[in-house]
Amino acid sequence: MKNHEDHITSYSQNLTVLLALLILTTTSVLAVKFHFGAFTVAIALIIASIKAGIVLTYFMHLKFENLLLRLMVGGVFLLFTIVVVITFIDYYFR
Amino acid sequence: MSTTEHSEYIDSDTGKMGMWLFLFTELFLFGGLFIVYAVMRSKYSEDFHQAALELNAFIGATNTVVLLVSSMTVAMSLTAIQKNRPNIAIGLIFITLILAGVFMMNKYFEWGHKFSLHLYPGSDVMKSLPHGEIMFFGLYYMMTGLHAIHVIIGGVLLTIVMVRLKTGKINQQHYLLQENGALYWHLVDLIWIFLFPLLYLIT
Repeated sequence: MKNHEDHITSYSQNLTVLLALLILTTTSVLAVKFHFGAFTVAIALIIASIKAGIVLTYFMHLKFENLLLRLMVGGVFLLFTIVVVITFIDYYFR
Repeated sequence: MSTTEHSEYIDSDTGKMGMWLFLFTELFLFGGLFIVYAVMRSKYSEDFHQAALELNAFIGATNTVVLLVSSMTVAMSLTAIQKNRPNIAIGLIFITLILAGVFMMNKYFEWGHKFSLHLYPGSDVMKSLPHGEIMFFGLYYMMTGLHAIHVIIGGVLLTIVMVRLKTGKINQQHYLLQENGALYWHLVDLIWIFLFPLLYLIT
């Protein structure tokens, strides 16, 4: 017995998501080749974060999950960001 | 309500939430290593630059594409079972498993090549490298190794899902295990999305 009907993602939607991810992968490979110096790391990480967001939203169906679960996932990523920031504050100002 | 009906009750929302809680712990398992990487990279940026040149970006990119495609096939297998097409779902999970095998093969050749160059933790070649490069290769083996273990676990999990699809234990009404297996596989992909640029792409 199920509580509610789950959202069904169509095959073509899945394929579209894959194509978007492949385009972003190509973009990041090309972007790194151009050597933006200090920005290279930032660019690669921003593209990776966009890809991660797409995987979470569509492949992992977060877009169609309830608000509580979405808030939990958002909260965990926020927590991780805070941990990273605090680590670097500690590292640079000790 | 009869007892059999009671025992068959599956709350997929809670079941999925439990899986997500587990995925959060996985995130912090790798997250810790990402933080070590970030701090060491800012401390030994020149050594990290040198060491990263040793990695084969082509194999890294190939494995990225392999994992992204496998992520799509496992997502499609969920679509298939929701549309009551168990055979298509089985086929798609089988393709996912093949792609997992391709990923591991690439990893085998990649690590094998490093080992033939005596670039492994504890080797004399490794010990003679500057401190930052030792850190880089240590993190490289730790992160890709831990990730590869996850690929193997994900493969085992998806094999169980495939068998249960065959016996009909997973069907259009009950596919929580397949959903959670797919979530795990997407997490494996998610981690690689960050490992690829950090280890292979940025030099």
